[in-house]
Amino acid sequence: MSDFKRIIAKRKRQDFVFNVVGIVCTLVGLLTLGALLADLLMDGLTRLNWTFLTSFPSRFAERAGILSSWVGTLLIMVVTAFAAVPLGVAAGIYLEEYARKNWLTNIIEINIANLAGVPSIIYGLMALGLLVYQFRLGQSVLTGGLTLAFLILPIVIVATREALRTIPQGIREAAYALGSTQWQVVRHHLLPYSLGGTMTGIIIALSRAIGETAPLITIGALTFIAFLPPPPIKSQPPFISFAWLWSPFSVLPIQMFNWVSRPDQDFVVNAAGAGLVLIVVTLLLNAIAIMIRYRVRKRIKW
Amino acid sequence: MGIVRLAKMTMRDEFARTQVSQEVLDSAESQPSGSRQIKAEVEGLNFFYGKLQALKNINMVFGANQVTAIIGPSGCGKSTLLRCFNRIHDLYPETRYEGKIILQPSGINLIGPETDPLEMRMRMSMVFQKPNAFPKSVFENVAFGLRLRGINGQELKDHVEQSLRSAALWDEVKDRLRASAYTLSGGQQQRLCIARALATEPEMLLFDEPTSALDPIATSKIENLIFDLKRDVTVVIVTHNMQQAARVSDFTAFMYLGELIEVAPTKEMFENPAIKLTEEYITGHFG
Repeated sequence: MSDFKRIIAKRKRQDFVFNVVGIVCTLVGLLTLGALLADLLMDGLTRLNWTFLTSFPSRFAERAGILSSWVGTLLIMVVTAFAAVPLGVAAGIYLEEYARKNWLTNIIEINIANLAGVPSIIYGLMALGLLVYQFRLGQSVLTGGLTLAFLILPIVIVATREALRTIPQGIREAAYALGSTQWQVVRHHLLPYSLGGTMTGIIIALSRAIGETAPLITIGALTFIAFLPPPPIKSQPPFISFAWLWSPFSVLPIQMFNWVSRPDQDFVVNAAGAGLVLIVVTLLLNAIAIMIRYRVRKRIKW
Repeated sequence: MGIVRLAKMTMRDEFARTQVSQEVLDSAESQPSGSRQIKAEVEGLNFFYGKLQALKNINMVFGANQVTAIIGPSGCGKSTLLRCFNRIHDLYPETRYEGKIILQPSGINLIGPETDPLEMRMRMSMVFQKPNAFPKSVFENVAFGLRLRGINGQELKDHVEQSLRSAALWDEVKDRLRASAYTLSGGQQQRLCIARALATEPEMLLFDEPTSALDPIATSKIENLIFDLKRDVTVVIVTHNMQQAARVSDFTAFMYLGELIEVAPTKEMFENPAIKLTEEYITGHFG
C-alpha cells in the first residue's frame, strides 16, 4: 500500500511540474503580445485624432495622416471579398458535395492545403506577372484586391468545406428523400446551415489579408499617395462608377512600413498610430466573427 | 429459397382472400381491384455496396394499405432493403441494384436504370432513425417538401396543418409554428419528421427504425400513429424491436445475412414461424 502512495505522490509531482511549465509557456506568448499592444498604445494614442484620419501623407510628420491608406485598405478589402468569397465558397461546395472522391480530387485537395501555406510574396510575384504584365490591369486597386483574393482563396475554400462537413449526413438524406435536387439541397439547406462557419472563415481570412504588405509592394503599390481614388458614387446617372478600381493605391501596412523606415522619430510615432488603427480594425473583424459563430451555434445544434 | 417462394405464395393467397371480400364490399366502385391490393413487388433483388453484396435475391410483395415490418439482427440488410425504395443509395458511389421492384398500379420498376431516382423520391417518403428535422421553423420543416412540388400560399398552409394533424402534432405546435424545430422534444421532432413525410402524399411511407432514439411514451405515440396511417398509405417499417413489429404490422419479413428468410402475416409469424431460424430469432436465441 505504501508503494502506491509513493507512486501516486511522484506522479502528482509530475502533474504539478507540467502545470507550472504550461502556465509559464502561455504567459510568454500573452505577455509579449500585451507588451506590444501597450507600447503601440502609448506611442500611437498621442497621434490618433481626427486630422490624422482625414489627412494625406506629408513631408512633415505632424501634418501627415492616413486618409489615402485607410481608404485604400477599405477598397482593397471590398475587391478581395467580392472576388474571394464567391470563388472560394463555390469551389468549397463543389469539392465537398459534387466532386467524386478519386485520385484527382485527392491531389486537388492536398494542393489547396498547400496553397494556404505558400508565402504571400509568391502570390505577389504571380500577380505581378499575371495581372500587371499579362492582363495589364495596372498597379491598381483591382490588381491589389485580386492578389489578396488569390492569397485567401484557399482559406475560404477550406473554411467552407469544414463548415459543410459539420452538417450531419442525416440532414442531407432528409432533404434528398423529399425529392430535392442536389442544387436545392445546397441552396436551401447546406448553404444556410453552413453560413456561420463559412462567414467566420471568410472574416478570419480577411483579417489576415488586411495586414498583408509584401504582395502589394511586389505588384507596385505606392508608398506615398496624396489623392483619393475617384468616388464610387456619382451625381449623374448611372450614379455608380467603377473608375476607382483602376486607381493607384496605398494601404495601411505599407504606409506604416514607409514611416518606420524614416530616420525622423516623429514618423515612427505616426506608424504606431496607423498600426493602432490597423489592429483595432483586425480585432473588430475577429469580434464580428466570434459573434456570428456564437449566434449560429445558439440557433443550430446538431 | 423454396420456402421464400412458399411464403410469397401464402401472402398472395392472403391478398386473394381479402380481395374477394373487398370486391363484395366495394362492388359499386369501378376501380380495377386486381392491381390495387399489391403496392410493390420485389423480384430477384440484389444490392451491392461496391463488391459487398448486401441483399441476396429478395422476393416479396408489399400489400397496399398495410404495414409490413422488416425485422432481423443488425447488418442483415433490412435498412438496405428499405433504402432501395426511395433510391437513397444512389447518393453514394459504387452502389448497384439488380432485379426489380415493381410499383403498382403504375407498373414502374423503381430500381430500373430508366427510372429517375428523383421521381421515386418524389413518390416515396422516409422517416429516419434519428429525428432529422431541419434547423428551420416547425412550419418550414413540413412546408419544404410541398414547396419543392410548387405548392404555395393558402394551399401550403392548409397542407401543413393537415399533415401536422395527421402526425398527431398539431395541438402541441399550433401556437409555435414559427419556432425552431429544435425547440421540440425528441419525440415531437420525430413526429414532425412524420408530418414532413406525410405532407407530400407519398405512395409508400418508409420508416427506418423510427423509435430507436425515443423513450417509451414517445414510442407508443408513434406506433399508434403508424397504425392509423395505413388507411391512407402503404407503410414499411424496419425495426429491431420485435414487440414493435408484432404491435404495428400486418405482415412481417425476417431477414438474415442479406437474405429474406420468411415473410408471413405477423400473427402467424410470431405464433407459428415456418422456419427454425425465424423461431430462434423471435425467441431471442440470437441477434
